Amino acid sequence: MIKVENLTKKYGGFTAVDDVSFTALPGRVTGFLGPNGAGKSTTMRMMVGLTRPDAGRITVGGHDYLDIPNPGRHVGVLLDASAQHAGRTGREVLALSAATMGLPSSRVDEMLALVSLTDSESKRRVKNYSLGMRQRLGIANALMGDPQVLILDEPANGLDPAGIRWMRGLLKGYADRGGTVLLSSHLLHEVQMIADDLVMIGRGTIVAQGTPEELLQESGTYVRAVEQEQLVAALAEAGIQANPVADGYRADAESVQIGAVAAKHGITLIELRAADGGLEDLFLELTAGTQRESYSEQTGGTQA
Amino acid sequence: MSTQTALEPGMIDISGTSRPSLAKLVQVEIRKMADTRAGLWLLIAIGAVTVLVNTLFLIFSKDDLPFLAFLQFSAMPQGMLLPVLAILLVTQEWGQRTGLVTFSLVPHRGRVLAAKFLAALIFILAAFLVAVAIALVLTPIAGAADPWEDVSGPFLARIVLALVLGGVWGFAFGIALLNSAFAIVAYFAVPTVVSIVTGIWTSMQDKLLWFDLSTSSSMLFNPDGLSGKEWAQIGTSGFIWIVLPLVIGWIRVQKAEIK
Repeated sequence: MIKVENLTKKYGGFTAVDDVSFTALPGRVTGFLGPNGAGKSTTMRMMVGLTRPDAGRITVGGHDYLDIPNPGRHVGVLLDASAQHAGRTGREVLALSAATMGLPSSRVDEMLALVSLTDSESKRRVKNYSLGMRQRLGIANALMGDPQVLILDEPANGLDPAGIRWMRGLLKGYADRGGTVLLSSHLLHEVQMIADDLVMIGRGTIVAQGTPEELLQESGTYVRAVEQEQLVAALAEAGIQANPVADGYRADAESVQIGAVAAKHGITLIELRAADGGLEDLFLELTAGTQRESYSEQTGGTQA
Repeated sequence: MSTQTALEPGMIDISGTSRPSLAKLVQVEIRKMADTRAGLWLLIAIGAVTVLVNTLFLIFSKDDLPFLAFLQFSAMPQGMLLPVLAILLVTQEWGQRTGLVTFSLVPHRGRVLAAKFLAALIFILAAFLVAVAIALVLTPIAGAADPWEDVSGPFLARIVLALVLGGVWGFAFGIALLNSAFAIVAYFAVPTVVSIVTGIWTSMQDKLLWFDLSTSSSMLFNPDGLSGKEWAQIGTSGFIWIVLPLVIGWIRVQKAEIK
């Protein structure tokens, strides 16, 4: 479990992370979603003691990260797959971590096999690796100590679709065995496929969190009927606003309310479901607002 | 307490694992210096240049060289290259951004720095032993009348001290600047500038020696030993160029954000 409470980090006048609180639960994959520069990486660095927060507290498995004697054995960390010595071989990168954690070198071979890096690939220098191979190496490094918690910053970056599917299976399996997974992404589709819970961040503040289903509810319902105009009028009468989308309407209400209105007026519904791309709309809506805000504030800040 | 926290869901029992020992971290740091092409070649170069310099002197010198002469030949290239090695030990974590992994695995940064410092000392001592071995091989070949002239424990210790001072100086610049290029340039430029100033400003020469570490530490190679004043000059210049950057760098690394 990762518990973040009222976390704040400022750089001069710019607040990179502003009073952020959320929990990543064991047995679940938590997606940490936000546009570039929203504060995801800063938050993750603070989790593992690489950046000192100005206020707030983070515990990993109930402990301050700095109090964990051999953190690699409990918390698997991948913050940037490209942050590796270009002149080392992939195998050597893993061997150094294994040595630091006090693990036998046989663990290196197990991890290479787990992430499907072949023997000859593992003997190549990291500078000759594609981004996808670096991600696999980074994931191998994070899983090396058989940790209970995984903290992964943009792990799907650079993976091909097959690689993303592989990672999804890996992380789901890991969470099913009781592990805690926190992974960040700026791509909704990526996270939507993997995550059980979502935490959305924009310009340093949490803008929404919950399961994808919960967040979808907030984004409305898509409805299509034979008697479209009659439906809109009936909904308006019930105080529900409906806006035209594609062939139907998007209404700010739960499907059960709309169904009830339709039944009362004898309207024939053809489609009734959570609004299409609702999460995406929500994500863009939330982050677009915060991005504009941050833009004006940042330009104001540089003058000061 | 640990058993109770282990019962709650999501809590991690950390009682079964122990922190990596300092000896283990030193081993890892030594390995990091040898497992890249650049690092490995630097180590090979230190060994090869030491052999080469001694051989050239053996062939071209007109005198019959004693044991100590060979040790002093070795100290020239080693005195230049060992500080570079000490700098790279630190700065590679920033230049290649491997610090993200290193300091996630060992979040108490002072332990990593201590391991790097000890690794640098081990490399310096190893280089000195190589120099001794070379001198032991070449001395009988050179055939000096008194091959063991001036050899004494204190003098050998002073040669080691000179190498260590140079290496620690590099290490100090490394952690203060956290950038390979800056630190290497600074390490070679600072003594040059100081000795130029000392050379030009003749009226102040005596006083400037208190700030000139390269000149004062070169006095360690004097077989007759050093006066109290000379030791004090090593002390003051060592404080300025080694202790101060070491303290500044230590604080900087503790506070820095690792990105």
